[in-house]
Amino acid sequence: MEEAVTKPTKKGGGRLCCICNQRRAALKRPKTLEQICRECFYEVFEEEIHQVIVDNQLFKPGERIAIGASGGKDSTVLACVLAELNRRHNYGLDLFLLSVDEGITGYRDDSLETVKRNEVQYGLPLKIVSYKDLYGWTMDEIVKMIGLKNNCTFCGVFRRQALDRGASLLKVDKVATGHNADDIAETVLLNILRGDIARLSRCTSIVTGEDGPIPRCKPFKYTYEKEIMFTYAYFKRLDYFSTECIYSPNAYRGFAREFIKDLERIRPRAILDIIKSGEDFRISTSTKMPEQGTCERCGYISSQKWCKACVLLEGLNRGLPKMGIGRSSRGLNNDPKKDKDIKQSNGTKSIENKQCGSLDF
Amino acid sequence: MACNSSTCQSNSGCYKREEEPISSKSSDSNQQSLCVKCKFNEPVSGTSDDGRFCRECFRSNLYGKFKLAVTSNAMITPSDNLLVAFSGGSSSRVVLQFVHEMQQRAQKNFDASKDRSLPVFGVGVTFIDESAYHSVPSSEIDKAIEDIKSIVSNLAPPAKQLHVVPIESVFSLDSLYGKERLKTLEDSVSDATGKEDLLLHLRMLALQKVASENGYNRLVLGLCTSRIACHVITATVKGQGYSLPADIQYVDARWEIPVVLPLRDCLAPELNILCHLDGLKTVEFSNGPCSGINGLVSSFVKLLQEENPSRECTIVRTAGKLTPFHFNRIPELNDSNVPLATRRRQKRFNLKPSESISSESFCPLCFSPLSKSDLLSLSSCQNYDILDAACCSSCRFQIFPKDPSSMEHFLSVLPQPLLARAKNCSNGNHSSLRKQIQDCLLSESEDET
Repeated sequence: MEEAVTKPTKKGGGRLCCICNQRRAALKRPKTLEQICRECFYEVFEEEIHQVIVDNQLFKPGERIAIGASGGKDSTVLACVLAELNRRHNYGLDLFLLSVDEGITGYRDDSLETVKRNEVQYGLPLKIVSYKDLYGWTMDEIVKMIGLKNNCTFCGVFRRQALDRGASLLKVDKVATGHNADDIAETVLLNILRGDIARLSRCTSIVTGEDGPIPRCKPFKYTYEKEIMFTYAYFKRLDYFSTECIYSPNAYRGFAREFIKDLERIRPRAILDIIKSGEDFRISTSTKMPEQGTCERCGYISSQKWCKACVLLEGLNRGLPKMGIGRSSRGLNNDPKKDKDIKQSNGTKSIENKQCGSLDF
Repeated sequence: MACNSSTCQSNSGCYKREEEPISSKSSDSNQQSLCVKCKFNEPVSGTSDDGRFCRECFRSNLYGKFKLAVTSNAMITPSDNLLVAFSGGSSSRVVLQFVHEMQQRAQKNFDASKDRSLPVFGVGVTFIDESAYHSVPSSEIDKAIEDIKSIVSNLAPPAKQLHVVPIESVFSLDSLYGKERLKTLEDSVSDATGKEDLLLHLRMLALQKVASENGYNRLVLGLCTSRIACHVITATVKGQGYSLPADIQYVDARWEIPVVLPLRDCLAPELNILCHLDGLKTVEFSNGPCSGINGLVSSFVKLLQEENPSRECTIVRTAGKLTPFHFNRIPELNDSNVPLATRRRQKRFNLKPSESISSESFCPLCFSPLSKSDLLSLSSCQNYDILDAACCSSCRFQIFPKDPSSMEHFLSVLPQPLLARAKNCSNGNHSSLRKQIQDCLLSESEDET
């Protein structure tokens, strides 16, 4: 499924664009190393994404699509491109911006300001769901409780569920995320390094969660991060927020990320080759895959009795934040459920209800 | 895949490793700890942190892994004739030693038994001289060959024949003409990684040629866990996820002479330590710096291994869960020809009956199974050359020339067996290609409904 636009590179002459042969070449395209002009780059970039959308039938006319918007470069470019393609090719989609507010002072509030500006620029309605509203805890409070170590576990679990809950509130049919080719290639490598065969079989799918309530799709699956960030967003002068999260020193992911950057320098198409390998892996169906069910407490998808978010939340509310981390959490899930011993950390009764009761959606 | 230069690569990192045991020996004597297995001798310094074996237990642990791999995959039977590929590195040196010890033991049993019903398997050794490809000075290669002859002659009785084969022999027996064609072929590949991979393919071609011409029926390689982990990552990075399981199983019978990997479960540092402890002599070659993807992957895996000592095992175990191919097992023996005693001693456990033996198409250059996406891309471009159309995407990108005139020149200097293989693939598999493509096309139309 490689989208290689093979054009003969013009070696002589005064560096004209090798596609239109008229305008002056403004950039060397990261994916193919062709020298092309700005307008041709916009065209091939957007057309490739359009081709991915059409080939994989990601959207249908009349569907409501939520774009996961963090204010960063990937989601900003995704919002811009989807709005443009929706207009140009008459997809007939209702597009929304969906943001998650983790409650990180000095980081998320600034990035959400960017998303609010995107809402105005692209004319897409914005919905923000926050950890505070859903779980009663902000990331600042969580980090204060457990420290910097393991806080990414809470944030990752909560954000994934929060995105689904926000999508449900918007009553959308699908969620589009800005995962690009570099992210997917990195995930393939990490799953090999960690020995996670179950995830290895589905981490290259362009649509995930099709059996769940709201599927997610990745229109940027074959789009390089360099093209998104350094080329398209730069030349279009898009407004995006680029600061990294202040709570996440993630050294392990950095190894694989660095390796992929080195690979890309040697051979740009290696990123697509990794994705191709991930798609071509033949994994036996007899290999054990975790069964999917629903959480007893909140009804979210879970292979255990309680979903991960509820386990972590219970730990936070009890003042035992380590409860959901490590292998001991399996013992907790298997235990008969005890009466809740809820710490009243907040006075508001509605917040108490959200903590204690089922989180309906 | 062959192990010659890859073992030399791991060899270049070995000597740094060997310095550590010497320095830590003095500090280790202060601890006065005991071997975790026999509780009697002092542990060997420099072994992995989790296991602290003494010298004998460390050695028997490695030999146990070798023997288990051999017996559980039916790699060696008494009527077999083995060719051990020896590159001079630690891994192939250990596999040569272990095969020799197994043969020695079988010979003793044969001499001691009355009925003499079980013959002793034969062992030969081969060294592929790649100096023409790497531009190694001839004085260095002559010295190395003398060392290898000495090593092999010391592994007797039983005596083992040594075959020193230059890599250019895959082109012609005329050394000068072969070198010329080899040089031309190498120069026509512009990608650095493609050059390295082309050498791997030529090496396997040479090994198969030696084994076939001299009556061997098994080819033993010294590939270890560390080398296989690197291969898992490099194959993934080159888009060869479909064919990757074929290369990492204990047995690979897609070749004329089946290839076996008895050291698959042993780590390179362990093998280096064993060579050091037992005084097994190795031969080191000066390799140039690896500027391609293979070198980048090696340093990446080494970095990960330093951070987590079980990383390489995890990588190989993950890839081991991918579905193997039907040829990843020793072909079934014809029972009527096998003597009763041999049949009685066969231990074939964990060999599941192969489900549906599908006919695979292979890339003529690297002999990897082609995935359906490769076949589909083949059907859509019908104007392609015979050889170019039938090869995998990795070889097409990094080894084959881009423009048609260079392609014709490239084909003219390819070794004859590769050309014959390409034509055979094209003719023999054409009908099966159509069947597979039709199946894909039909399923595609079903998807569109």
